Amino acid sequence: MSSDHDRKGFFGRRGFLKAGLLTSGLVAPLVGAIKTMEGSAGSGPDPEPREQGQPGHGGFGAVGQVDHEFNGFDPHEMLYDWDYGEVSTLPNGQTLREYKFTAVDKDIEVAPGVIFPSWAYNGRVPGPSIRCVEGDRIRIEFTNASRHPHTIHFHGIHHASMDGVPGVGAGNIHTGETTIYEFDAEPFGCHLYHCHSNPLKRHIHKGLYGAFIVDPDPEKYSGREREIAKTRNHNFPENEPWNEMMMVMNAFDTNFDGENEIYAVNTVAFAYNNPPIPIKADNPQRLYLINTTEFDPINSLHTHANFFDYYDHGTSFEPTFKTIDTVMQCQAQRGILEFSFKDHEPGLYMFHAHQSEFVELGWMAFFEVQE
Amino acid sequence: MNRQTKKQTALPIWLSALLPILALAGMLAFFLLGNPLAPFRADLPPIELLNFGRVRVVDEGFKLSVVNEGPDPIRISQVLVDEAYWEFDSDPRVLQRYDNAEITIYYPWVRGEPHEIRLITETGLTFDTEVELAIPTPVPGMREFLAYGLLGIYVGIIPVGLGMLWFPALRRIDRKWLDAVLALTIGLLVFLFVDTFLEGLEVAESLPGFFQGVPLVIFAALTTWLVLMAVRSSGEKEDHAGDDALGLARLIALSIGLHNLGEGLAIGAAFALGEAALGSFLVIGFTLHNITEGIGIAAPLLPRIRPEDDEDRKVSTRLPTFIWLILLAGAPAILGAWIGGFLYSPLLSTLFLGIGVGAIWQVIVEVTGLLQRNAASAHRTVFSWLNVGGFTMGLMIMYLTAFLVSF
Repeated sequence: MSSDHDRKGFFGRRGFLKAGLLTSGLVAPLVGAIKTMEGSAGSGPDPEPREQGQPGHGGFGAVGQVDHEFNGFDPHEMLYDWDYGEVSTLPNGQTLREYKFTAVDKDIEVAPGVIFPSWAYNGRVPGPSIRCVEGDRIRIEFTNASRHPHTIHFHGIHHASMDGVPGVGAGNIHTGETTIYEFDAEPFGCHLYHCHSNPLKRHIHKGLYGAFIVDPDPEKYSGREREIAKTRNHNFPENEPWNEMMMVMNAFDTNFDGENEIYAVNTVAFAYNNPPIPIKADNPQRLYLINTTEFDPINSLHTHANFFDYYDHGTSFEPTFKTIDTVMQCQAQRGILEFSFKDHEPGLYMFHAHQSEFVELGWMAFFEVQE
Repeated sequence: MNRQTKKQTALPIWLSALLPILALAGMLAFFLLGNPLAPFRADLPPIELLNFGRVRVVDEGFKLSVVNEGPDPIRISQVLVDEAYWEFDSDPRVLQRYDNAEITIYYPWVRGEPHEIRLITETGLTFDTEVELAIPTPVPGMREFLAYGLLGIYVGIIPVGLGMLWFPALRRIDRKWLDAVLALTIGLLVFLFVDTFLEGLEVAESLPGFFQGVPLVIFAALTTWLVLMAVRSSGEKEDHAGDDALGLARLIALSIGLHNLGEGLAIGAAFALGEAALGSFLVIGFTLHNITEGIGIAAPLLPRIRPEDDEDRKVSTRLPTFIWLILLAGAPAILGAWIGGFLYSPLLSTLFLGIGVGAIWQVIVEVTGLLQRNAASAHRTVFSWLNVGGFTMGLMIMYLTAFLVSF
């Protein structure tokens, strides 16, 4: 304030104007508001209050596509890529199947654009789908290339030293170490393996699990049971018409708050929405279903417009539930679903968890029945 | 002088001034090219911090603005509404530091119900916000513009005008009561000071971290107060009694106006968010709450309010003067309602509220000074029961009427 004629009281006109500069910022937003108003004047006021949003396009679901090449595995291929191992015959005539498993730390894309720092057997989640026959000798050379100790614990029948838990037998396999798990594949059924290192919750939900499918040996059964065993055993022609799929229901807690952000079958959210799983109507369908979901007590599968027979654990020839369309499994529970689309029109048939929350977080899929 | 010329040959001043800058450049180059902090970083995941601006409810779903307030780029990979994946557009999809993005989510929201929104970034981190009550956010059309303007008139201009209607009565009361009126004004102003300051801190908390919201409120207040002090000092040399009184009234009106701007912001935003279920109750509450402000503004215009006043001093107490004062104090509420309703900006709000805090403080200083001079000239203590009573009364009126509008 240098001007001489600015002396009309301490808050005279000039001073007042200067102070007014402080508030001149008020004017700019007003002008902006008026401009905005002019821009939308044509649309006019809305006569009816809206009761809900009206999405013009788009809607429910994840945005974008997962890069399966980045992951190194594709959920569609995972349905069928059984790992029979390196097969040879032992001097006693027993079939030997040898596998090499390596645990690694690996970033995987679990939903479009969402990267999860997984721990994975052989770089994939779920790990390789072991497929063998009851009585086979299984030998797994396990190397830990991850930065944390891990094990492989098989849900099967074996000795304590082969149980793959910390403190028993080889116990924790530390970084850079190798061990061998060896046992006979018993009993036949739909099983799984997973890491049993502590903290268990984290080691499982990080991705260390996979399918362990033991086909029944028809030689050991007779009559009707033998015939059923032949349809389940991958070495028999009776098995060939069956469309056999492997699905691990899993989930990912991407922000590590103890709740899953993503639910899926075979890791990738909405993986079988687009494209759906192609189904030939004439083939009988068999689904090996395994639940490895962490944090939630159960998961489930529901088929639309179709019912199935369910063999819990796959360890029997008689279905545990006959003609159901929804089955639930606790963690590590698994089973075989058998169903048919023989008399269905071609088209999209949905299947999903029947916890709606899981559905909308990624566990929703389609079969596309074709002629 | 001799010694100085000797020194000049050692180092020219421009070079010695440049030296620290050169050294700084060298340091920066060392850090940028050499990466001397490498041992600290290893391969840690990036630090992601996302700040939510306004969430708007529109016909096709929700529109939200977000700011990356973290040091690393953030990619918005997926959006969940009520724990379900939904289609969305994000412009841009990847936010560099300080970038802001507008995200449109296509969602069939349900009128009157809350919705949770969760953003998932590339690293799987999640950032949550919510729509407390889904009703369409007002779009600035002519009707809405008028409605929000009217809202501002109800809570700003009308109460201040009503308060000023006491002026004819006040000008006839006995001189000893005048100080109590001033004390009441101070009580009122202290309430507004605290209220505006807390409101400013609250809005400041919602700003992205790099704006340093809380210091911003304090610095805006401090700067405003200093500017007003400078204005005051430069005008002090020659004192025209009448102008001085009017000047003080203007200053009070301006500072109350800035406070009412904050109130307008809050009300506008509340109506836009659908929190205005209180409706007319809220408006009546603000009318009662703000009516005392009219008395405060008019107080300096009362005859004989100052010790140096004689009976026939010339203070303009004509109608236009009062209208101008009412507009100064009340009209900012209209502006606030518009800003709050249509283009809610936490940054602008924080600044305005900070300015308001500084202005109110300056008025408290002014009016207290006047009260002190009155007391000194009458050889009385400032802390008379009458004055303390008036002050407490001002505080209590504001505090109790605030019950009606606190939500």
